[in-house]
Amino acid sequence: MVSQGIGSLGIICIISVFIGAVAAIQVAFQLVSPLVPRAVVGSISRDSTILEFSPTISALVLSGRIGSSIASQIGTMRVTEQIDALEIMGVNAPGYLISPKIISGISMIPLLVIISVILGLTGGYIACLVSRDIAPADFVAGLQNGFNTVTVTVCAVKAVTFGFIITSVCSYFGFYTSGGALEVGQSATKGVVFSCIWILFADLVISSLLL
Amino acid sequence: MIEVKDIYKTFGENTVLSGITADFKPGKNNLIIGSSGSGKTTLLKCIVGLHEPTSGEVLYNKENFTGLKFEARVPIRKQIGMLFQNSALFDSMTVEENIIFPLNLFTEMSKSEKTDRANFCLKRVNLDGKNKLFPSELSGGMKKRVGIARAISMQPKYLFVDEPNSGLDPKTAILIDELIAELTEEYQTTTVVVTHDMNSVMGIGDNIIFLHDGQKWWEGTNKEIAHTNNKELNSFVFASKFMLAAREKL
Repeated sequence: MVSQGIGSLGIICIISVFIGAVAAIQVAFQLVSPLVPRAVVGSISRDSTILEFSPTISALVLSGRIGSSIASQIGTMRVTEQIDALEIMGVNAPGYLISPKIISGISMIPLLVIISVILGLTGGYIACLVSRDIAPADFVAGLQNGFNTVTVTVCAVKAVTFGFIITSVCSYFGFYTSGGALEVGQSATKGVVFSCIWILFADLVISSLLL
Repeated sequence: MIEVKDIYKTFGENTVLSGITADFKPGKNNLIIGSSGSGKTTLLKCIVGLHEPTSGEVLYNKENFTGLKFEARVPIRKQIGMLFQNSALFDSMTVEENIIFPLNLFTEMSKSEKTDRANFCLKRVNLDGKNKLFPSELSGGMKKRVGIARAISMQPKYLFVDEPNSGLDPKTAILIDELIAELTEEYQTTTVVVTHDMNSVMGIGDNIIFLHDGQKWWEGTNKEIAHTNNKELNSFVFASKFMLAAREKL
């Protein structure tokens, strides 16, 4: 949990602030019209961040950060016979090695996504302060207008699902590694690629079902 | 006692083991030898349950191990200690944690009892005081000895050793062989060693099984191996000029 949660906090903070800022600037750029209230920039940034940017982009980044670590860690244990040693001792190796990682993933990744949402919106606010394309007060007003709690539910469902996908898919590829160091690297790559594909597919399914 | 009855193992269309039958007796160093690819390690993995034989049986004290499910095998597995070719120590654990790992799983021992047991095992392999080191801080020979300490921590009835001398200098290899032989005699374990090291064969081979192309080609003792007329065995044992010269002196 420390590795997945605290260890990933830095990268999540950095990408969240920047993505939030970029989202606010781009939305402001696209809505240059006297007919559109400036506060709409805040509303669109909020919903985009909660619904898509924070859960999905965080998950894609975390699949590289956490997923490759899980796949290579378990893969190395496989090729160095550590998993065989566990099985000789009568330990259920998948349960012993993979279950804690999945539990950690479905608990820590939602926490990271919550932090990402907060920092993403903060990033948008900072962008307004710096760029002056939109008044910070308008941005804040937009954040507060027409808030729908369904977006938070969707965000939470996505975060838990993505946490499960990252840890389980990468554990699978790590566990069934055979060969040596080269294959461990290949397993890590496959784990990240397949978990990214599954994340995007799950993103589509969850969005279409819940929105 | 371990009985292996008519074991076959195939991977796809590749038959690795063909009808191996053998008995491994307690208190003896049972060696499985053969050239690379002859099926030694596959046989060992079939015996300990890491591979399921395609057909045939493995019996531990008359109990059919191959017919048991994972949970039902646990009582037998508690009696098994194994030293892997690369030691297979858990990288994230210290030497002491590696040794007490099986004790945590299967015993109700207190923390101090486990520590005492770890200290005893480490002393037995001449590594006392190395409790807090991590595997990455150990030499190859030390890793092997820690692997042996972990294998004997549960006082196993069956000790399996896969290539104990690979990657070791001759002096350390002999020390490891002597340690295995001492433990076998001391605890009366049924010890099965997979090796292609002729020093091990001549030094500790109480009962030797020679595999060739996945078949049991010859069985005997280290005293008999030098005088056999088996062509394949002779070409394996006396492959080096040194061994040929040694044979002429025998």
